[in-house]
Amino acid sequence: MFGHYDPLELIFFSICAVLAIGGALGTILFPNPIRGAMSLLFTIIAIAGMYLQLHAPFLAAIQLIVYAGAVVVLFLFVIMLIGPDSNPPHDGRGVVVRTIGAIAASLFVLQTILVLSHKAVGHLPVAQPGFGSVDAFGALLFTDWLVPFEVSSFLLMVSIIGAVAVARGKQPDPQAEPAKADEPPAAPKELGAATKALKVQTKTGAHA
Amino acid sequence: MIPIPAFLVVAGILFGIGAIGFLVRRNVIVALMSIELMLNAVNLTFVAFNRVHAEAHTGQVFAFFNIAVAAAEAAVGLAIVLSFFRLRRTVRSDAGDLLKN
Repeated sequence: MFGHYDPLELIFFSICAVLAIGGALGTILFPNPIRGAMSLLFTIIAIAGMYLQLHAPFLAAIQLIVYAGAVVVLFLFVIMLIGPDSNPPHDGRGVVVRTIGAIAASLFVLQTILVLSHKAVGHLPVAQPGFGSVDAFGALLFTDWLVPFEVSSFLLMVSIIGAVAVARGKQPDPQAEPAKADEPPAAPKELGAATKALKVQTKTGAHA
Repeated sequence: MIPIPAFLVVAGILFGIGAIGFLVRRNVIVALMSIELMLNAVNLTFVAFNRVHAEAHTGQVFAFFNIAVAAAEAAVGLAIVLSFFRLRRTVRSDAGDLLKN
């Protein structure tokens, strides 16, 4: 099926496809999440290259700015904030989930074969000169898609506030009574159970 | 001109890898990255089909909004991961068992 195509386009697409799939495999296979995030970066850059081939230069730029510039950096921030605990030992799940994963994988291989054998989408119309450009995109966003655009800005606002509220956790209240502030912070549940067990042990030891 | 099915196949493989990663990995951060992989695969499908129906930008605009929603989802998801880590001192997803029993 690749007989009569421009060799440069073919080479560019092949590099992008190999980078995308290799990066995706690295994302889920590296035990260390920092390497996973770096592999995700490769996948995102490769997908931006594919957007360029599909006459979507504006989306390619957005992909690089938002994903490579913001989302992956956010992932790296969180991984570094969590530190070595972000790489817990004994990753991977039981037989049932692995079987489900294998079934899903084979289903997708089947799907790709079906798509490949489908010839109806082979003919491509010639794209208009401004197709996918910033001009065409901006004109559409502020006319036909104005309401979704505004709603998405509202969504981003809500998610900013939500992220701050969730990640901040419970802060000590400055208005609280000083007696309460002097108390040590409530121990986590497991710690509380451990101290309780320890107390029981010491009690029984005293009895003996 | 690269045929559209080639892009669709790459998108399908990416989505499959993302789904497997989400199902198999226990690390919450890696699960979130797998979700990003799946969203990227869907975006690639949108843009590829928009290339077939090139008379309008609908697929590209949808991919654009998808990217916005994915960024919001990543921010909130990572905030939840941080909060979860503060509670449990681990990022293993099976440590989140407060509702068990």
